[in-house]
Amino acid sequence: MSALLRTDGVTKSFGGVQALSGATIEVDEGTVAGLIGPNGSGKTTLFNVITGYGRADAGEVYFGDRAITNAAPDRVFALGIGRTFQLTRIFARLTVLENMLVATQHKGRPRNLLARTSRGHWVQQRRRAMDLLEFVGIAGHAGVGAGTLSYGQRKLLELAYVLVADPAVILLDEPAGGVNPSLINHISDRIRELNKSGKTFLIVEHNMEFVMGLCSRITVLDSGSATASGPPDIIRTDKRVLDAYLGEDVEDDDDIPG
Amino acid sequence: MSTQRTAQAAGLAALAAAAIVFPLVFTNPVVTNYGVFTLIFVVAASAWNVFSGFSGYISLGQAVFFGSGAYALGIAARDWHVSGDAVFALLPACAAVGALIAVPFGLVALRVRRHTFIVITIAVFFIFQLMAYNFSFTGGSTGLSSPFLNWHADTYNNPFYYITLACAVGMIGLAWLIRRSRFGLQLRAIRDDEDRARGLGVRAMRVKLAAFALSGAVTALIGGVWFYYLTQVQPSTGFDPLFDLSIVLMAFLGGFGTIAGPVVGALIIEPGQLYLTAHFTNGYYSEILLGALFLLVVLFVPRGIIPTGGEWITALRTRGRPAVTPATAPPPPAAAPPQAAPSPPTTAPPASRSPSTPGGSR
Repeated sequence: MSALLRTDGVTKSFGGVQALSGATIEVDEGTVAGLIGPNGSGKTTLFNVITGYGRADAGEVYFGDRAITNAAPDRVFALGIGRTFQLTRIFARLTVLENMLVATQHKGRPRNLLARTSRGHWVQQRRRAMDLLEFVGIAGHAGVGAGTLSYGQRKLLELAYVLVADPAVILLDEPAGGVNPSLINHISDRIRELNKSGKTFLIVEHNMEFVMGLCSRITVLDSGSATASGPPDIIRTDKRVLDAYLGEDVEDDDDIPG
Repeated sequence: MSTQRTAQAAGLAALAAAAIVFPLVFTNPVVTNYGVFTLIFVVAASAWNVFSGFSGYISLGQAVFFGSGAYALGIAARDWHVSGDAVFALLPACAAVGALIAVPFGLVALRVRRHTFIVITIAVFFIFQLMAYNFSFTGGSTGLSSPFLNWHADTYNNPFYYITLACAVGMIGLAWLIRRSRFGLQLRAIRDDEDRARGLGVRAMRVKLAAFALSGAVTALIGGVWFYYLTQVQPSTGFDPLFDLSIVLMAFLGGFGTIAGPVVGALIIEPGQLYLTAHFTNGYYSEILLGALFLLVVLFVPRGIIPTGGEWITALRTRGRPAVTPATAPPPPAAAPPQAAPSPPTTAPPASRSPSTPGGSR
């Protein structure tokens, strides 16, 4: 297996605060990888650097064997890396379906200008958008203003509109944060299905049950650098991890589903 | 639904017919003069709306394009010795000048957002006004005069009326096309959350710049028509801060970001302004009222007549019953990712599914 997404010694500071100090992580193709760590350990900053929302002071980001360090967000997305945000960022004044269609420009768009403006292509895009809304379970809201969605539905919409452009890698920033338990199960089922169909995931999440159940490899970020990396079972018992992050919260009876 | 469509089409056809026969019924040049000015502002406010209303970037520098169009026509007609009806052939050149100015203007101004963007557009506006005052080729403070049109005084306004009407119809059609295109969708996505839109592949700078250039081109074109109609332009009239305030007020009054909003706003405000200016020799009355109206709009109908009025009508018609029928939630069929080859096992209906908010703001 080769690393599809890799950061190499990424460093970033905000003024005097060192958010990332040589963060090196790898995400293998076709896997669901987890990224955990205490608050302020640099998880979201690393996401921002990978997806072009923040510039790295040093270090490189590779997508396959291509360096994409500090590429603009629209370019990163066009290359095939989609992301969601910890606090959902949907287009509140567009309808749910329109939200979906925002992301439909690059892949699969005919080169020919006539074909591009043709009705057929547009209809096809809408159908695909509807299929994805069906897939995440909010197709019934397609015509509704996205601003009226509940928080959980917004999370689902964010996942769905990232999928529209069919990215190879999807970065999820706390997909289970602030979401009720049955919806958490629904989201993890969707992620598993997408993973089966070939999508690679990198997930930041504080919900340990969710991460441990879903990810095949987990990297622990502490004070801006990766301190441990491995399968969930190893991470659970790693002394450094327990010290840095999991602490007292991990009980022996805190069993991991499936 | 189809009856509503028919009603809409019939309404539009009636409106178009009324607009076409207007100068034939009201032959008084004073009245047709109102028509020409109003249509000029319909075009300018719609052009502003296609950029600012859709993208959320409030430009107070549209007079840059309006004045540049006027001056471009004047300078071209003077230096190339164009006169009579042939001057109208220069209008596409006015549009080109507007677009050409919009590109560097936009490349600078569109790097910043919100208040900073507004301030930069105002600054660029004053730079253009100062240039018009101080360059020799613009005629300094006396400005430029247009070539003489040998038309009969009684019907002098009519060709201008139809030209501006054609521009207005074209602009409204363009706004409608943009609104339902992917380009329009990207602009509205930028208005809601530009950074998020970029993360979904929207090339924000290109999209904004294209809208800005388009808006600038149309504004410059109508500026050229305005100049030829008025037969003269000075720096203070071509590059007039009140022009910017007027079109912004028109769009806000009618409905920011809607197609009909700027049109309705222009139809209300411009005749009112002309009437006040004509009937009260103190021109500042209309300006005071314009300012007061701006305050009232922002306080009471901040979203404009079209969206708010639409809600009132919906509320009246439905009398509290849900305006939107709750979405029926059929259990999802095989919910496989559309690109997945094998169909994975389906799960139970997702817990998140709930009926859509009844009486939502549709």
